[in-house]
Amino acid sequence: MGPIFSTASEWNYVIALIIGIAFGYILEAAGFSTSRKLAGVFYGYDFVVLRVFFTAALTAMLGLAFFGYFGWLDLDNIYINPYYIGPAIVGGAVMGLGFIIGGFCPGTSVSAAAIGKVDAWFFLGGVLLGALIFDLAYPLYKDFFTGGARGKAMIYEDLGMGKEWFMLVFVIFGIIAFAATAIIQRKVAKRVNKY
Amino acid sequence: MDGNKKYMNPYLAGVLLGMLIVLSFFLSREGLGASGAFKRMVTKAQTVLMPSHVENPESNAHKYVADGKDPMKNRLVFMVMGMFVGGFISGAVHNRLKIKLQHNPKIKSRTRIIAAVVGGVFFGIGASFARGCTSGSGLNGMGTLATSGFVVVAFIFGTGYLFAYFFRKLWL
Repeated sequence: MGPIFSTASEWNYVIALIIGIAFGYILEAAGFSTSRKLAGVFYGYDFVVLRVFFTAALTAMLGLAFFGYFGWLDLDNIYINPYYIGPAIVGGAVMGLGFIIGGFCPGTSVSAAAIGKVDAWFFLGGVLLGALIFDLAYPLYKDFFTGGARGKAMIYEDLGMGKEWFMLVFVIFGIIAFAATAIIQRKVAKRVNKY
Repeated sequence: MDGNKKYMNPYLAGVLLGMLIVLSFFLSREGLGASGAFKRMVTKAQTVLMPSHVENPESNAHKYVADGKDPMKNRLVFMVMGMFVGGFISGAVHNRLKIKLQHNPKIKSRTRIIAAVVGGVFFGIGASFARGCTSGSGLNGMGTLATSGFVVVAFIFGTGYLFAYFFRKLWL
């Protein structure tokens, strides 16, 4: 039963390298190496971000659930991102600004930088600078950053739903979003310029 | 224009990416991530340039070097190295390798560069607050049904849509 390797195992480096190769390949192949396609989600001319991202989230959710049901993976022993209410909201909002201004997120900028996109290299420089700024100014918001801790909060528990019901609702929500955005894209894409 | 515009079907790419997340949790207990590698690169540089800062247990960087750890000896650092390789392979296979500053022809190259740096800075700060970026916090979080993932993703896209109007000249 998984997880196969403990956190301390050095095999995780080898696995991460191989998974990273597949990750970078998929991002580039899906078109995430161009900021124009990525920014399209915010203007309605290209919803590739939404399609890939939510399909991946739904697949991962269902895959992990089945691995749990079949007893292949101990879901109580995988890493769950801890929920800190304020930092999650502020961090998400600041990243949203970064996305609309910079046209990348860290992962997609790596796949773009790898094929020679100069703007992605500048974005990556910015990410390093941002991480440095956060670290240097850390005393200003240390209490905020470590406050509002809710630990391993699960979305279905917070919404007061059964896990399976939440998964069903999320899948239906995803399908509606895929269909609606396909209609929007057909109308908007004709009107914008390509570069 | 890029050399070859044929991209993978987005739903197929999403399913492959989702399966990769499951595989990562199955083998290594954790999912995907990118920003964590950049935070550690910064810490690594700080160990040389400002050693007293990282040794201070009150600093944020200290957690990456505590107990004599090397910040670069981390799975996310290896993952990002792999991502460069994987992205390059896909670019080579699809004939898209080209040194190019891609931007809307209506804006200057300089404007695009400034926007890219500023956007990166915001992402670096935001991913630090949210304890992960779109993949590490958002994608893993949603896949594992963690509340944090849903909140972070809602605010990334919500803020993006909220401010899209003000930055439309960059993209449209």
